[in-house]
Amino acid sequence: MTVGRTTFKQLHLQGVRREFDAFTALKGLDLTIERGEFIALLGPSGCGKTTALNCIAGLLPVSGGRIMLDDRRVDTLRPEERGFGMVFQNYALFPHMTVRRNIGFGLRMRGVPKPELDKRVDAALAAVRLESQAEKLPGQLSGGQQQRVAIARAIVVEPPLVLMDEPLSNLDAKLRLEMRQEIRRIHQSLGSTTVYVTHDQEEALSLADRIVVLRDGAIRQVGTPAELYALPAHLDVADFMGFRNRVDGQLVGMEGEDALLDIEGTVIRGRMRAAMPGKAAVAAIRPDDLGPTDDGQGIPVRVEAVEYRGRGFHGVGVTASGTELHFASPRPLERGATIRLGADADRVLVFGDAR
Amino acid sequence: MSAVIERRAEGPTLRQRLAARGLDGATLLVLPCVALILGLFIYPFLYGLVLSFEPKDGSLFGNYVRFFSEPFLYGTIVKTLRLAFPVTLLNLLIAIPIAFRVRLLRRQRLLTTLLVLPITLGTVLVAEGMLFYFGPQGWFNRALMAVGLLSTPVSVLNGYWGVFISLVLTGFPFTFLLTLSYVTGIDPSLENAAATLGAGPAARFREIFLPLLVPGLAITFCLSFVQAYSVLPSAVLVGDPANATRVISIAAYQAAFEEYDYSMASAIAMIMGAVQLLVVVAALGCRSLFYRGPAAGAKG
Repeated sequence: MTVGRTTFKQLHLQGVRREFDAFTALKGLDLTIERGEFIALLGPSGCGKTTALNCIAGLLPVSGGRIMLDDRRVDTLRPEERGFGMVFQNYALFPHMTVRRNIGFGLRMRGVPKPELDKRVDAALAAVRLESQAEKLPGQLSGGQQQRVAIARAIVVEPPLVLMDEPLSNLDAKLRLEMRQEIRRIHQSLGSTTVYVTHDQEEALSLADRIVVLRDGAIRQVGTPAELYALPAHLDVADFMGFRNRVDGQLVGMEGEDALLDIEGTVIRGRMRAAMPGKAAVAAIRPDDLGPTDDGQGIPVRVEAVEYRGRGFHGVGVTASGTELHFASPRPLERGATIRLGADADRVLVFGDAR
Repeated sequence: MSAVIERRAEGPTLRQRLAARGLDGATLLVLPCVALILGLFIYPFLYGLVLSFEPKDGSLFGNYVRFFSEPFLYGTIVKTLRLAFPVTLLNLLIAIPIAFRVRLLRRQRLLTTLLVLPITLGTVLVAEGMLFYFGPQGWFNRALMAVGLLSTPVSVLNGYWGVFISLVLTGFPFTFLLTLSYVTGIDPSLENAAATLGAGPAARFREIFLPLLVPGLAITFCLSFVQAYSVLPSAVLVGDPANATRVISIAAYQAAFEEYDYSMASAIAMIMGAVQLLVVVAALGCRSLFYRGPAAGAKG
């Protein structure tokens, strides 16, 4: 059996399409992944991120386009011929095999001799700190331990590419944080290339070298976490990056670098992302960047709710037209009070009206 | 308020203590079933068991001694096994590959509905159909003669193979549906995981599917075997009930309704039950050698 070579320079997705009957899950994906990169495919459910991963793994045939490992075409190969490691959302551990046999499975299928197999399985067990659980069945392990077995099983064969499908979504919040560090540590210590599917922007931001934001089967933006966090190119991406407030307005002019946006009679300044002057536009603002002003400027709102959040207060205000705005306040506010909310111009992103 | 506190001091009520052990009002719903099992299974079984030890000659084991000394009687055990074993195994062997294909089909329900039909029709109707189909003037012989494969009609019926075919026809849907439910019960992501780890189709079947299926297949084998072992109608209708397909149930029938020796008939029924039990216990014993937990990828 031909199992993929263990090194490569670049993985290319060239116009990868996938159709399910009348539904197009992937509309021509173009992406180049460098060796050693940690790539996160980020998007809401149904955006095609898992489909993309399954296409790379070979579990789903592509309907069009090509997947190239350097100059070698891999989308025509069966999954067992590609030799990519995969970590499944439900872990997919073989329930009838011990942890040791689960981890050794890939090596056994490759015909690795027993002494070497044992040595490498031991090393993988140590890498995920499960030496003491080696003879247990998966059903006897906790969720976090199963997760680590799944990772060990995928990496022990030293695959050129490790694919992870929301591997942390079944864990509780504390374990998720721990495993996040673990995954990053393993990725760095092995120097492997990882494609990681998630719908959690925090996970993507903290893990990835580059993030690919998918929406409706198409790439919306590719960039480093810092790029995406500061300057999302699209309203959907902004939505994912925590710009919870989306306020409709009219773009009334430019002043230097600032875009002037009329929101219900109040003009606020923002950074122009993708909008046409004179047209309807949307301002996207993170709740943490929006707060009560003292100078009489800003959008007037009636305070609807105030929550204590430790470092400060989280408020919900409603504008005259009924738009909800989430904001941060350093001091408690009274419900029903009328205040004005403002944000620094470089914290407000102005997008063309997506509708 | 004070009443509640007093109650607590006494500990949980009887009702609460029973509920903690899994006994509550709903448990009473079991009673009709228990009554049915006692009345229609346990009592007749014990009655038959006692009756089998009261033979006409007055000795305790007379019936059993007679059964195991007359080849005409004890031979039926082997004759029945020779039918039931191969039929059950063949059904299983056909059912597994088909189930593997069908699990990927979209119109599974149509197929399963079609397959349930022979079960509902029953062995007698199937045997009737076979009498016409395989008869000297039936399609089977006429077609083979028309293409020149045969010069004279062959007689498939009235012998071992007639009963064999009939049992395969009636038993297969049952075996298949059970097998299908076990096959589809295996989490497909296990196969995907094995594939990404480099296992080809044969290795995936050997390493993943087979070990997870064996317990279910053992159960399927037992149920199908018991069904085939108690064959009566087709052995009479399309078989050779005097010789080759004189199965054990025919012996019991003849003892009861031709010799009017209910005691002997009961003894034969007991022997029949014991043989079935032996096979079932052996099959389940093999099953316990394998992993028997859930066939999904552990807890999610």
